[in-house]
Amino acid sequence: MLRQIEGSRAVAETVALCRPEVVCAYPISPQTHIIEAVGVLVRTGALAPCEFVNVESEFAAMSVSIGASAAGARAYTATASQGLLFMIEAVYNAAGLGLPVVMTLANRAVGAPINIWNDHSDAMAVRDSGWIQLFAETNQEAADLHIQAFRLAESLSLPVMVAMDGFILTHAIERVDLATQEQVDAFLPPYEPRQVLDPADPVSIGAMVGPEAFEEVRYLAHLRQVDALTAIPAVASEFAEHFGRSSGGLLRPYRCEGADTVVVALGSVLGTIKDTVDAMRDDGLAVGVVGITSFRPFPAAAVREALAAARRVVVVEKAFSIGFGGVLSTDVAMALTGSGTPVTTVVAGLGGRPITGASLRECFEAAAAGRAEPLVFLDLNRSLIDRDLERSSARRRTGPTAENVLRDLGTVASGPT
Amino acid sequence: MPEFATDGGPTAARESGSPGSVEPPGSGGAGAAVRSEDPPGSRDATGPASPSSGQPVKFYQVGSFAVGNRLLDPSYRTVQSDALRTNALDSGHRACQGCGEALGARYALDAAMRATGGSMVAVNATGCLEVFSTPYPESSWRIPWLHSLFGNTPAVATGVAAALRVKGRPEVRVVGQAGDGGTVDIGFGCLSGMFERNDDVLFICYDNEAYMNTGVQRSAATPPAARTATTEAVGDEPGNPFGQGKNLPVLAMAHDIPYVATATVADLHDLERKVERAMEIRGARYLHLFVPCPLGWGAAPRDTIRLARLAKETGLFPVFEAEHGVVTAVSQIRRQVPVEEYLRPQGRYRHLFDPADPDGPPARPETVRRIQEIADRNIARYGLVGPAGSDAPGEAGPSDPSGRPYETGEAR
Ligand SMILES: Cc1ncc(C[n+]2csc(CCOP(=O)(O)OP(=O)(O)O)c2C)c(N)n1
Ligand code: SF4
Ligand SMILES: [Mg+2]
Repeated sequence: MLRQIEGSRAVAETVALCRPEVVCAYPISPQTHIIEAVGVLVRTGALAPCEFVNVESEFAAMSVSIGASAAGARAYTATASQGLLFMIEAVYNAAGLGLPVVMTLANRAVGAPINIWNDHSDAMAVRDSGWIQLFAETNQEAADLHIQAFRLAESLSLPVMVAMDGFILTHAIERVDLATQEQVDAFLPPYEPRQVLDPADPVSIGAMVGPEAFEEVRYLAHLRQVDALTAIPAVASEFAEHFGRSSGGLLRPYRCEGADTVVVALGSVLGTIKDTVDAMRDDGLAVGVVGITSFRPFPAAAVREALAAARRVVVVEKAFSIGFGGVLSTDVAMALTGSGTPVTTVVAGLGGRPITGASLRECFEAAAAGRAEPLVFLDLNRSLIDRDLERSSARRRTGPTAENVLRDLGTVASGPT
Repeated sequence: MPEFATDGGPTAARESGSPGSVEPPGSGGAGAAVRSEDPPGSRDATGPASPSSGQPVKFYQVGSFAVGNRLLDPSYRTVQSDALRTNALDSGHRACQGCGEALGARYALDAAMRATGGSMVAVNATGCLEVFSTPYPESSWRIPWLHSLFGNTPAVATGVAAALRVKGRPEVRVVGQAGDGGTVDIGFGCLSGMFERNDDVLFICYDNEAYMNTGVQRSAATPPAARTATTEAVGDEPGNPFGQGKNLPVLAMAHDIPYVATATVADLHDLERKVERAMEIRGARYLHLFVPCPLGWGAAPRDTIRLARLAKETGLFPVFEAEHGVVTAVSQIRRQVPVEEYLRPQGRYRHLFDPADPDGPPARPETVRRIQEIADRNIARYGLVGPAGSDAPGEAGPSDPSGRPYETGEAR
């Protein structure tokens, strides 16, 4: 059913169609609209039976999900940024226990300085937790990925995180084709847990494992993620059959035929990148795009194949590993090992900084001409940086730089240093 | 006595079991140690003697409030004295000898099993109990058991309870359990949330007054002057500082939850009755169980029950019950004991005494006096010492074989 609808609302309604039995929530922008809407659906009985638990922290939200899932209920939660980091111990735990929790991550920057706007630092912080991480490009895909997420989670016995860009997607009102209950019921069977806390058949879950078996346990977790590389496209194609549109999968190439330069990215920025590439193609520049949907497991073989003909690769990232550089680009470079294809990392859109088509085009053209630095920070305000560097070379001190930078920008009034 | 809301299952097995046919494990161990100064003619001897009790009266148990009480009519015996009891926690686990936490967990959970007809799930925090009970790939648990993390047990228990409710299985009850660290420190945020929402979970804190599993470090339940690895017995004021720490039972009461109780492993009848009472109630319930730790306290394994009893009889650990934030019952001190008697057998208080004359007068009388003041304050606050004769041995009637504490009605 076509609706003009906010991204959060589309996700909430779709999640409800997946019939989660326990929903646990703790509010944080830009996730709030999602859990508020699910809460209303539970209160009105539109989503039933379902227990909606308002908890005191994200750590508790993930922990309630763990308990619910271990007791055989389909469990859902959503968070962002500081919330994800606050629950990180339980995030790892859910994966280690093989519990098929589904979580929406409304991607937001991680402080300090505190910042509520979008980037991907939060998702990257739990990259190695053992969760499947799927990135949505549009609100349509965000909604659809949740239906696939429950299928994947429960068939693989692994938790799945659907990442959608905070504000850019969560708060955008646009056209979404919402699934119907009949469609979802036909696609998503009820949750049949493999192992459940039941007095009729008592099991001990969560035992300590020592050095004698820990590496094997971890290796098996890796194998399950490797299995997901097959399951994710299979579920996506089954989804396409059921719903008549394609969403999900491992990655999606766009105008890569004959492309010398291929841009790789995650999430909603792919829209701007595709527009830019369209314009460049119109001007005769051989540029293509590969959008990665499955960041974990990382589809290295599929990436290598999609980039086989490229002469250079540009990875646009809304996160970076401080002190080194790109995160996604490291994975892409690893996938390209031996090919000799140079990879440029473009760090862009941190803390909600708009990524404009003009800046991207400039950057892609430089890369196409072989002029790009290996690590580029898009639209960096050089004079701001220089002033702070100057200040700190004159007088070294500890503490944050944020306030100085804001003063230079004239954004806030504050006293002399 | 509360009625057991079970038919079939362990209760039925218990009642049909032939008393005395098998020696119940654990009924005559360290717990049954009787001190010669125990007064004769305790309530045990005055309990309803029944020809069906099946065992000759053995007077060595008279006056003991400890494990077994096989002099009692079968219907008044503890769960633990029953050879046919179900075992939540099986033997073969790796707790230290004399571990109060192992005893406490078995007592409490076996009682909960009886109260629920075995229909229960336990969620366990990281800590000694978790580690010694489940050395992979083995497990001592006979009940469905989940360990997630150190600090999230109450929330995980909430999740299990929510799942059971949504699945239409309200008869399956949920117990969350943690050490004092997992309860009063790192788990407190989740616990407070669980209390505040009145989630249908019984949470049990096994209080051994420090982080034992990591090697005896201080927690917010460590008492003043106690030596731990992070409050060493060095410097001018050795051991844990005075004026710190959290009173979790009182904090639990401040949440106005339906039921809060404290208990020790020394009074098994009282503990089992409180667990049974807790299982009659829906909503958030809290049981704070005092469990001596021989290793962490530097005490003899045989002294576990004695120290638990002394903690109560000195007034250092008030044993009481509260409903909806109001104290409803207090276990009276039977024979008040000076705190010195409790402190002296414990290595964690060794610095309070003279190493050359450990049985002589305290080397730090001022510190002992301050600890005595704490006990005295508890006695006054909870009315632990009643009017003379109010709880004299032998007064507990047949309907009250556990020596049920009398009502004070005192709001804390
Ligand atoms: C987040 C986290 N911090 C610290 C630890 C280390 N740790 C494990 S058990 C434990 C102490 C447990 O103490 P307590 O809860 O009192 O239980 P006990 O072992 O004394 O029974 C600590 C500090 C941990 N596992 N997780
Ligand atoms: S250290 Fe203490 S709590 Fe831990 S197993 Fe030993 S006696 Fe029990
Ligand atoms: Mg402890």
